[in-house]
Amino acid sequence: MTDQVLVAMSGGVDSSVAAALAVEAGWDVTGVHLKLADTPGHLQVQGKGCCTLADAEDARRVADTLGIPFYVWDMAEEFQRAVVDDFAAEYAGGRTPNPCARCNERVKVVGLLARARTLGFDALATGHYARVEAGRLYRGVDAAKDQSYVLYMLGPAELERLRLPLGRLTKPEVRATAARLGLRTAAKPESYDVCFVPDGDTAGWLERRLGQRPGDVVDTAGRVLGHHRGAYRYTVGQRRGLGIAAPSPRYVLRVEPAAGRVVVGERADLAIGSVHLERVTATDGRSLRPGRAKVRLRAHGAEVGCRVVPLDAAPDGPGEPRGSVPAGRVRLDLDEPVDAVAPGQAGVLYDGDLVLGGGTVASAEAVGGGTSETGTSTEAATGTP
Amino acid sequence: MPYLDYAASAPMRAEALAAMLPLLERPAANPSSQHAQGRAARAAVETAREQVAALVGAAPSEVVFTSGGTEADNLAVKGAVLTRPAGERHLVCSAVEHHAVLDAAAWAEADAGAEADLAPVDGSGRVDLDRLAALLRPGRTALVAVMAANNEVGTGQPVAAAAELAHGAGAVLLCDAVQAAGLPGVDMAADGVDLLALTAHKLGGPTGVGALVVRTGTALRPLLHGGGQERGLRSGTLPAAAIAGFGAAAAAALDDRTSGAATTLATLRSRLFATLRTLAPDLEVNGGPTSDPAVSPNTPEAAVPLNVPGAADPPNRNGLSTSDAAARATPDPAAAAPAPARVGLPGLLSVRFPGRRAEDLLLLLDRYGVACSAGSACASGAVTPSHVLVAMGRDPVAARETVRFSLGHASTEADVDAAAAAMAQALEVLTPQEAPR
Repeated sequence: MTDQVLVAMSGGVDSSVAAALAVEAGWDVTGVHLKLADTPGHLQVQGKGCCTLADAEDARRVADTLGIPFYVWDMAEEFQRAVVDDFAAEYAGGRTPNPCARCNERVKVVGLLARARTLGFDALATGHYARVEAGRLYRGVDAAKDQSYVLYMLGPAELERLRLPLGRLTKPEVRATAARLGLRTAAKPESYDVCFVPDGDTAGWLERRLGQRPGDVVDTAGRVLGHHRGAYRYTVGQRRGLGIAAPSPRYVLRVEPAAGRVVVGERADLAIGSVHLERVTATDGRSLRPGRAKVRLRAHGAEVGCRVVPLDAAPDGPGEPRGSVPAGRVRLDLDEPVDAVAPGQAGVLYDGDLVLGGGTVASAEAVGGGTSETGTSTEAATGTP
Repeated sequence: MPYLDYAASAPMRAEALAAMLPLLERPAANPSSQHAQGRAARAAVETAREQVAALVGAAPSEVVFTSGGTEADNLAVKGAVLTRPAGERHLVCSAVEHHAVLDAAAWAEADAGAEADLAPVDGSGRVDLDRLAALLRPGRTALVAVMAANNEVGTGQPVAAAAELAHGAGAVLLCDAVQAAGLPGVDMAADGVDLLALTAHKLGGPTGVGALVVRTGTALRPLLHGGGQERGLRSGTLPAAAIAGFGAAAAAALDDRTSGAATTLATLRSRLFATLRTLAPDLEVNGGPTSDPAVSPNTPEAAVPLNVPGAADPPNRNGLSTSDAAARATPDPAAAAPAPARVGLPGLLSVRFPGRRAEDLLLLLDRYGVACSAGSACASGAVTPSHVLVAMGRDPVAARETVRFSLGHASTEADVDAAAAAMAQALEVLTPQEAPR
């Protein structure tokens, strides 16, 4: 029997082509567009942000072109609760969240997979640049577009039913496919910003939500160097907007929201030697095993070799389980220092192109700083495919 | 393909198409033109005007053709408010009016110095006349809007009593009869309605045409200015073919009133309900046309003294089962002489399936080839919680679990049985969801 596949269609070129390739694969395809914001149509900025009326229309017309049924699902409440409120709360707590990973975890991938299964679909397809092969998650072949970083929290139960038709394509190939098929999204511009902050002014957005919370900018010795309007405006590694005069550039080392303090220091103070991850999951559904891996600590950051030291076993790690996978905690001892690791970001572990899993950065220790936990001994490389 | 979404749009009747085709095929003519072709188009328009007037108990000269129900509601609300000076621009709308009324009232508040109040409804969706009366500002209320029957749940409203209250305060009464004009039908004269909104496509005519029926002597300001058509109340070249289709559909809908069509629809609705209740014993009915305990067992508050119009109800002069007759047919000793409500929509069934999202049910029904709908759709096409169900006291979760089946002139037992079979399949696929935290 033909596979029944639900395709998430944002109205962008990537998910349009994913839907088209799903149809070309011979699957019985149904398109769904998620309405994630409640902004009235006439207040939406054309071409900015996502989930605008224009995006829903684009998705609908692509579905018409492909001849597939198409629905719009209002998931604005779920998105607000799980992503937008969480985004503000994370910043308020001194962390730097990754809303795309959060959205995939709670709404776009895991949430939709659950609904797809409820409705009797065999699989969900999305326009992410990553590959699922033999039930494991791999990088997309287009290194510049690779989105495996925001999908690391998926486990076997999700991966088994997730199809990523763009995984072996480059962005230019995707655009060419859209043009070949006459999809109206072929030349649509990329969206880079956080989708619910369409003007890109995250600090202003946070200030409107959280209000001004004035405090001090201090150095590592606690001396007050200046003042700020809200610690949530700062992220680790930030150099601009500190409002202080110093002989050499100063960088944000820590954000301490409870005290209202932003701690700054020299660039050398940013170097991180080890990182704690919480809510850690492994794409094979087990616990991350001790051993060597490469880790990426921000969306488009470089990768660095590390030693993985599990601190506690699943399933009773902090926070709720993610998808089908129990969560735990690990420490990563980095082979070489990494600058500016912000708590709240995702730390994603790779073995070559294979995504082993990852978690949320709980804390980072400067080079030379010890950790209190005792690690297990180094073992063989983790999870070879 | 079973179509159970008449309340969204009814399939076109053969009579309407037959009336339209000659006007679409012959050389285009403007009904305002003096030549023979113009006169022929004008004749078709005037025939339709008579047919539409006959449907609602009005004089032909009272019919103002519009582009549809939305324009009719907008013309009524805005046009009535604008005839009154500042300080007399107060509006009272039932909380379950269509958005064409509610949003026009909101516009009047924002841009025309009006103030608008919403009259609450009970659990069955019927407007609370005492609360409505308390909201009136004698001499300063310009318009009261109470629809004939609600498009989402089918509940009939006490239009005549609302008109009496409105007139007592010096206001005009707008009755949105977009859904009810066919069955059970409306009678402007009997109910004291000043402004009555209609659309063709819910009667089995084409989309893009409707009417506001303006009782002679009712002050109204036009919204569209130009050639002065429609007694200056609605400028614009009349779409003769569409209007002819509207007229033919209105004539056919009037015939339905004396042919037992309402009984047929009520029987089909009961048949559908009986099967659905077997499939999902926990289902809940929202509002509805009738107090028949077999049809609305889970909504005791819906027990307003209504009855399905049918053979037992002798039709009056224009084939209409009046609300008074319905009230007499099932006296309710417990209620202290409630104002008679109009009979509701005989073919509409609004049902909540607890634990199942309407979106999911509709997707599956669509896959199985059955068309029905849920609440109202927003601009993007997403299903949003219905303001009608919320006004009736349903929580948003319940509102999002509600599906509307609506039957009409071409519905058959086979349609209903196919829909029930598809629903059986859909309910089997869907396991009830926990309410979100």
